[in-house]
Amino acid sequence: MSRTTRVDGHIVVRTDQVPAEPARLVDDFTPALIDVGAHHLCPGCGEPVAMRATLEAVAELDVVRRTIGVFGIGCYTAFSNNLDVEVLQALHGRAPSVATGVKRARPDTIVFTIQGDGDMVNEGLQEVIHSAARGENVTCIMLNNGVFGETGGHMTATTVLGQRTKTSLEGRDPVAHGRPILLATLLAQLDGAAYVARGAVNNAGNVARTKKMLLQALRTQIAGAGFSFVEILTMCPTGWFVETQDAPAYLADNLAAVHTGGVLKDVLGDSDRQEGP
Amino acid sequence: MTARLMEGSEAIAEAMIAAGCRFFAGYPMTPFTEVLEHMARKLPAVGGVCMNAESEIEAVGMAWGAAATGTPAATGSTGQGLSLMQESLAEITLARLPLVVLNMARAQGDYYQATRGGGHGDYRHLVLAPGDVAEAVELVQRAFHLSVRWRNPVLVMGDYYLAHTARSVTVEPLDYGPRPHLDWALDGSTGGSGQAKLISFLGSAKQRHHVGYDLSDHYAACAADSATMVASVEPIAECLDTDDADVVVVAFGTPATYAKAAVRQLRADGARVGLVRPVTLYPFPTDVVAGAAEGARAVAVYENNQGQMVDDVRLAVLERAPVHFIGGLSLDGSGFGIAPDLDVSVLRHRIEQVLAR
Repeated sequence: MSRTTRVDGHIVVRTDQVPAEPARLVDDFTPALIDVGAHHLCPGCGEPVAMRATLEAVAELDVVRRTIGVFGIGCYTAFSNNLDVEVLQALHGRAPSVATGVKRARPDTIVFTIQGDGDMVNEGLQEVIHSAARGENVTCIMLNNGVFGETGGHMTATTVLGQRTKTSLEGRDPVAHGRPILLATLLAQLDGAAYVARGAVNNAGNVARTKKMLLQALRTQIAGAGFSFVEILTMCPTGWFVETQDAPAYLADNLAAVHTGGVLKDVLGDSDRQEGP
Repeated sequence: MTARLMEGSEAIAEAMIAAGCRFFAGYPMTPFTEVLEHMARKLPAVGGVCMNAESEIEAVGMAWGAAATGTPAATGSTGQGLSLMQESLAEITLARLPLVVLNMARAQGDYYQATRGGGHGDYRHLVLAPGDVAEAVELVQRAFHLSVRWRNPVLVMGDYYLAHTARSVTVEPLDYGPRPHLDWALDGSTGGSGQAKLISFLGSAKQRHHVGYDLSDHYAACAADSATMVASVEPIAECLDTDDADVVVVAFGTPATYAKAAVRQLRADGARVGLVRPVTLYPFPTDVVAGAAEGARAVAVYENNQGQMVDDVRLAVLERAPVHFIGGLSLDGSGFGIAPDLDVSVLRHRIEQVLAR
């Protein structure tokens, strides 16, 4: 009995019955720049999708042989020893200054950071602001799920009002907890920032738009035009305490309703204007 | 090359550049500020980069990034600024990166910070404490050599007097042999090869057959390398008249210069006193101090603090002789480390009190 069936021309894997034969690898979708496809991240996590889009952008621009990724600390750190791209691991919050040191010492390299919202907005907010203000010629990427995922679902500076976390049990309250920081919106106001965009990975269209943003951010750096920034809204069903299959819609209804998507700034100006998620 | 009159900060900057330093990041703070000023003026002229970082935390982050590319890099501050840097300094050590760190300290209250790690976790830094500007020129260059040799941060511990005293010095590049090949340094070129490099305080072994990092393996390897480094680096100390000394004085940095003058005066007057000046604060010159204490009636430790190095002296001396602390916090109103006690007659009197016991 075949495990797959065809629905509207798409191959669908059937999960409603016990398979007649053990699982076997039919295709390996691991991007070329990831060494091992396996990871420990939760089902439904958006970070591997964002990671894939980032690596595909690096590969498509043909800069793999001069790219250095600087990683922060979060769930996505699981990828820092698993890439076929040179990686420098930084502390929680500190990736933008470490990336600055790499780029200033080796201006011929392409340098990107990967950080979460807890890392970039809570622990190290001044680092990314100063790097943007300096017009530092690096690309900072923030995976924003509005929660400390790795510690198990605690409030961050981007958690939206009303969102329940382990440290905002009745929902984030503006009086008790303050209001979220909309980082991309903040950075777009700085003269040194040349490219600022906010994407999401909660559906295929948004993944495609986000990848275009990543490509344009890296092109900005390659052109030496200044600081580039892509915020990517990612699903965290575990940290949001929602069912895995509900997470993409939860992202759209909650996170993306406040952290609205789109290209906020693009000084190169030759990009296709993109719709936000 | 001719000698030139330079304040210590400028001589240290010249020595860093002579040692090959091409990246420096710092944040102004007295008495470290002038080192940053001199680097800002001198480094671009040799093709280097000097960053006026937005905080000490960013200064050490920038230096971390530059160091990872194999660029000889340094940062620094005074003790307060180094407190801000400690999280990074601890992890840079576990990432096995070379870095030179300057502490132009206020007084000598940062001895524990320097020699006991200052940050979290289990690691060691080599610590060099020059006694004057000429020695700083040599030790700063040695620090670059040691840091790249052992892939470990090296701290150079100075003070207000060292930073601001002008001396006539010659800065010439010192030869420590060929610089090791930095096969670990990042430049992006191994990307896409299947063997892309990784520099991480969590371990640099790439994931191949299992998911995640193995911190137990990495920390054990770091501890073993650290132990080899500490056992291999020769402690340095200056000894003066210790062979027949009744009282051995121990002091480091600029205060040791005053203590030395007091010891010389007492010797000239017939008193059997000697001096040991630790130059490497870590590893501490335990054997030298122990040897000097052998046969002495007492050991007297001068530091401009409540007594920190005195612990290491006691560990070295053990039961050979009683150890007396003759230092203490001595500051002017600024707190920058200008010490009223740094007066030869004051120190001489304190040594005489130990002699009279």
